[in-house]
Amino acid sequence: MTDLEKFNDKIANNIKIEPKDWMPDDYRKHLQRQMSQHAHSEIIGMQPEGNWVLRAPTMRAKVILLAKIQDEAGHGLYLYSAAETLGKSRDTYIEELQTGKAKYSSIFNYPTLSWADMGAVGWLVDGAAIVNQVSLQRTSYGPYARSMVRICKEESFHQRQGYEIIATLAKGTPKQKEMAQDALNRFWWPSIMMFGPHDADSYRSSNAMEWKIKLESNDALRQSFIDKTVPQAELLGLTIPDPDLKWNEERGSYDFGEINWEEFWNVVKGNGPCNKQRIKHHVKAHENGKWVREAANAYAKKQKEIKKAS
Amino acid sequence: MDNQGEIWEVFIQSKPGLAHKHVGNLHAMGEEMALQNARDLYTRRKEGTCIWVVRHADIFSSNPEDSGSFFDPSDDKIYRQATHYVMPEGAKHI
Amino acid sequence: MELKDALIQYSLRIADSSLILGQRMAEWCSNGPTLEEDIALSNISLDLFGQSRMLLSYAADLKGNDESEDTLAFHRNEREYFNCLITELPNGHFGDTIVRNFFFDAYCYHLYNALKESKDETLAAFGEKSLKEVTYHLRHNSEWIIRLANGTEESINKIKQSVIDIWPYTGDMFAMDEVDELLIEKSIAIDLNTIKSKWNNTIKEVFERANLEVPSIDVYMQTGSLKGIHTEHLGHMLGEMQYIPRAYPNMEW
Repeated sequence: MTDLEKFNDKIANNIKIEPKDWMPDDYRKHLQRQMSQHAHSEIIGMQPEGNWVLRAPTMRAKVILLAKIQDEAGHGLYLYSAAETLGKSRDTYIEELQTGKAKYSSIFNYPTLSWADMGAVGWLVDGAAIVNQVSLQRTSYGPYARSMVRICKEESFHQRQGYEIIATLAKGTPKQKEMAQDALNRFWWPSIMMFGPHDADSYRSSNAMEWKIKLESNDALRQSFIDKTVPQAELLGLTIPDPDLKWNEERGSYDFGEINWEEFWNVVKGNGPCNKQRIKHHVKAHENGKWVREAANAYAKKQKEIKKAS
Repeated sequence: MDNQGEIWEVFIQSKPGLAHKHVGNLHAMGEEMALQNARDLYTRRKEGTCIWVVRHADIFSSNPEDSGSFFDPSDDKIYRQATHYVMPEGAKHI
Repeated sequence: MELKDALIQYSLRIADSSLILGQRMAEWCSNGPTLEEDIALSNISLDLFGQSRMLLSYAADLKGNDESEDTLAFHRNEREYFNCLITELPNGHFGDTIVRNFFFDAYCYHLYNALKESKDETLAAFGEKSLKEVTYHLRHNSEWIIRLANGTEESINKIKQSVIDIWPYTGDMFAMDEVDELLIEKSIAIDLNTIKSKWNNTIKEVFERANLEVPSIDVYMQTGSLKGIHTEHLGHMLGEMQYIPRAYPNMEW
């Protein structure tokens, strides 16, 4: 068997590909792109929520939110680690993020403008991410699958904390309910855009499905998210901002209106409300930390030399 | 020298009496930092009683090419499995 | 002064220090020098918030009425906050944060170690729990002091300056008044004079490993926290922290 045949055989039999195994160049490149994009999303995703951690309205809300953001840092870290097994260093991935060569989920380029947005982000954004991540636990690349298993286990509380915030507001004073509805209005469409372009327009999905990197299509994942989320909104008396949303008895799913793809592509290309701000923040933190990393490296080197000499 | 430090592999014993299990890796400058980072990253949910950190560069691994010569020879040594042996009916505690 | 009032005041001092430093540490979220350190700094923040919640709730219970950890955290003004001044100092650069926290960790370490033996059950339980956390913080920040003070020329200069800048705020941690007197007599509170020499020794030990000089004790020290007199920084912190409950009073979150 050739290397390629062995590889295809493993994929066909659902045997995971491991770092030292031979893999097609495009498979490696696709994974590097997808996994680093996923890692960057976790890291940049800390910012819109970090925007409210200092202003959380109760002590309980404060610790929950901080723990959640911290988990996201951890998840970014697991994903960078997994992505590093493909022969590219974290430094390189970070450089690609900061120079705009690598993307991250466009949802994080929307601003968080009220406390209710912490609810919307947890409920909708994490909700959408979880639908995707649950499916990725079976992805064909071993390190990616393993990090997804760990992430899904840890994320189980994230969506619930968001829904709890929204539910509290929806049942609160008229002002609070208005806040919740406003957050839903602003985050609904960007959340369903998170699943990416329609399958017919997605030029990248094809190989990824064949290689079992992706196991379900963008549209299938999006539909499953919408079907799950609509009743959750109804339960709270909130209205999904889509006049075309309607239960389709025949399909056993909700029909929904047309997504504004012009907005989607603009945000992807860097024209969203917060794209520049998010990257600037990341670059600044990285630059401020430079002297610290240099000092720690220098100290570690000195210690190693001392140890060697003794 | 600006980088994220070396890669360290992390092994955690979740309960006394159990083996240390590989949980993932991280970056750190020096062993003390690696140990603390492992504690902060991998035991956020009460997951451990002991942590080992090992420089990734110090791990010497077999390669997929070796797998035939390393692991297949044990395929025909089924006599190493307890289930290989036929016990007389009624034999207990064996 | 009634014993109960003294106990409330004493608990608030400790709770406020944890809360304010916790809030400062939360500012580091997404700003750490490495991803790993970002996570470590959040862990410290979460520990501190946990500590503060325990004693805010205790103070609220003692006060009675409708007081809770949240009314105490979000509805007191600057002059009603009693955290040590050092905890409200801005994060500055990473070295400033490490030095500030190191001085405070060493203080908490010895204070909580003694508080374990307090005749007040809640304070004793608080000491027991918090000592474990602060032991780790002290280790974490000591190691960073040593690293930065033995790293590059830049880091050595920076850390030396941080020590000079923050040192004048260490005296405030050891100030005592009639609240302490009353509670020390009942073996509830800790005589901070006994903590001070232990604190000095810890600073000396770590600074020796770091090749840093311990500043002179004759430096003029800032004080005021016992009377709720703070730096200008605290007002801004509270303005941010208390924004929602102040803007939307009487609502559940």
